[in-house]
Amino acid sequence: MKISTLFATLLLIHPFASADWQGFRGTLGNGKIEGKISPDLNLTSSKSWNIALPGRGLSSPIIIDNLILVTASSGPQQSNLHILAYNVGNGVLAWERIFKATGRTICHSKTSVAASTMVSNGNVVVAQFSSNDIFCLDLNGNLVWLRGLTFDYPNIANGLGMSSSPVTAKGVLITQVENDADSFTFGLNIQNGTTLWKKTRPRGANWTSPIVLDQNSDRWIGLQSKEGLTFINPSNGNEIWSYHEGASTIPSSVVAENKMVLIPSNGLTAVKEPTLHSSPIQKWTNNKLSPGTGSPAISGDQVFVVNRANVLTSASVKNGEINWRLRIKGPVSASPVTTDQLLFIFSEEGIGQVIDISSTKEGKVLKELDLQDTILCTPAADNGSLFVRSDKKLWKLSP
Amino acid sequence: MIKFSFIFLCGITLHSLWGKDNLLEAIAQLGPKGGGNEDVVKHWISLKQMSSADIPILLKAMNQANDLGDNWIRAALFEILENSGENALPEDEIVKIIKDHQNEGSTRRTAFDFLLSHSSQVAQSLVPTFIDDPEPTLRREGVHLLLEQAKALEKKDQSVEAYEYALGKARDVDQIEKACDSLEELGKSIDLPKVMGFITTWEVIGPFDNNLRKGFGKAFTPEKEANPRSINHEGKNGLLKWQTSSTADRLGLLDLNQPFGHIKEVLCYAYHEFEASMDQSVHFRIGSKNAWKLWVNNELIFARDEYHRGGTRVDQFVLDGRLKKGKNKILVKVCQNEQTESWTKQWEFCFRVTDKSGTPIPSPN
Repeated sequence: MKISTLFATLLLIHPFASADWQGFRGTLGNGKIEGKISPDLNLTSSKSWNIALPGRGLSSPIIIDNLILVTASSGPQQSNLHILAYNVGNGVLAWERIFKATGRTICHSKTSVAASTMVSNGNVVVAQFSSNDIFCLDLNGNLVWLRGLTFDYPNIANGLGMSSSPVTAKGVLITQVENDADSFTFGLNIQNGTTLWKKTRPRGANWTSPIVLDQNSDRWIGLQSKEGLTFINPSNGNEIWSYHEGASTIPSSVVAENKMVLIPSNGLTAVKEPTLHSSPIQKWTNNKLSPGTGSPAISGDQVFVVNRANVLTSASVKNGEINWRLRIKGPVSASPVTTDQLLFIFSEEGIGQVIDISSTKEGKVLKELDLQDTILCTPAADNGSLFVRSDKKLWKLSP
Repeated sequence: MIKFSFIFLCGITLHSLWGKDNLLEAIAQLGPKGGGNEDVVKHWISLKQMSSADIPILLKAMNQANDLGDNWIRAALFEILENSGENALPEDEIVKIIKDHQNEGSTRRTAFDFLLSHSSQVAQSLVPTFIDDPEPTLRREGVHLLLEQAKALEKKDQSVEAYEYALGKARDVDQIEKACDSLEELGKSIDLPKVMGFITTWEVIGPFDNNLRKGFGKAFTPEKEANPRSINHEGKNGLLKWQTSSTADRLGLLDLNQPFGHIKEVLCYAYHEFEASMDQSVHFRIGSKNAWKLWVNNELIFARDEYHRGGTRVDQFVLDGRLKKGKNKILVKVCQNEQTESWTKQWEFCFRVTDKSGTPIPSPN
């Protein structure tokens, strides 16, 4: 008991608690950073580094133990699929695997084949590409299994490119591959890649990512589409809760700390914590909170959205009332990430902006950092540092 | 004791050989939808017993594997090289594999990639030999070199000659365009549609109804008839007649708004008789930002129900198929949807036939 108390206390007082960043918008998928990050990030601190990447990409890095992992695509058709692991401390390459795309690699020039963020359950990492090739590797880079979903179903492809990032739950990898033509969500066995279930989904190009809702000892997965948001049982893909009021097909939903679900629908709509086979209970909706390309982020009772006019808005999670607005440097494709006090966002022109969100009266830009490169990815965070990538480079930004 | 050790060692060797064989067999048996993954995983342990001397065996196993198996083998090569050290690649064997055209293109390309990352100079020395390579990605390396050499020449006559030579070898669209652009800058006129082998003249019929995008899935009479060109068909507004439609577009784009007007929620059929000199495996290469279906000799090759997700691109879809000696009936169904935005006006496609290395097979018609 004493040891536990001491351990818990140590965790609480550790100023820069280290926690893995296991997927798109972090382990919880809400953009919330465990611990603190100093606003004084800079490119030249002794802990900062940057390295050249061998290919393009806008997937976010993920962090598992002492490894930072990221995907990239190279070659004239972007058909070389890279999975890269670097030492978090010094940026030295730990291992690299290069595969060939088995699906289509055509995509809009702004995006790339390496658009989906990897995911990990702590033991293995899974990389998915716009070609719908999926690779599961252990933390030493050894291949555990692979799938080629477009190899299996030639019409699951999108002329503009795919970007949904998979999630894991209860030993299942859940991946949305939803398009105008064949449109499916798959549940793959994380042990061997076999299909546990496959669900036909609404037809229509969809770039959103699944979200995770921890429900008592259970874990549900939210699948967003133009029709709304549906929570499923990850073990069998069966629907257990559904919101049918329509939703965006680019920014994804987010689960708040009080388990309200904030859906990019009619602007932004908050629904009460979903429960088994219940009807959605709408708490509020605000059409002035429509996110642009990036997904909403959460910090305490604040939800943050960046709209298409590059205005960052803070609103109350409880009632949707707007706290403050702040015009930031844009355009912005990335999603913001937050601590209790700060919000970090990168513009497409490479301007990293650190914003004080400690007050519900106003937001204030504390620092700008010019990476002088196109940044489309959502940052990752670990142990007091931020990680961000472009088509050419991966940065660790430390104070 | 000696006998026991001998038997034990033989046992290990045999187990190792069997393990390797089992793994390669499992990789060769990989199927779609995750089929065979478990078997490969079961035998993956035998990778631990392999050394760099096994790399050529693994590379050659790609000759029997599908695209998924190829990726398993790439992973195996990375693991073996990491376990055995940076300089462990058996270069001479790898070069032999690259030079041997009996090997599959993926085998030779993978061998080249590994050689390039371990012995760049040796790999680069092979590039000039790739200009006629049956593997398009290797050929591309050779053509890239030709284009660089042409660019470096100062005298106009020499440049023209070098670019014309490069154009004759190029198969990838961007390299063909690069050579053509350079030649045009040097005052040479190039018939790009002819160079690329686009079919530029079609018989077209339409409009048929595509209200609510339902026409894509509906079989109108042209796709039911064995010889669709032989009769007229009932369309959206009554009896329709076939008409000839040609394009002079640089990239072979047939604009269907020209014969039918800028109309929405409609579809049409385009028909072409392709005279082939022999039976052969080919690639049908189609580009369209509209929903489409393709039949060759009444067999559906592929169908794509997607509208205006990006622009039309040459070789957007590269489809395996066959031509028979003599007349081949090519039928394309091209659909237009209800969207009204300026970027949804296009109703178009481009089409060409090539061999598996990308060399155009022109239609004499």
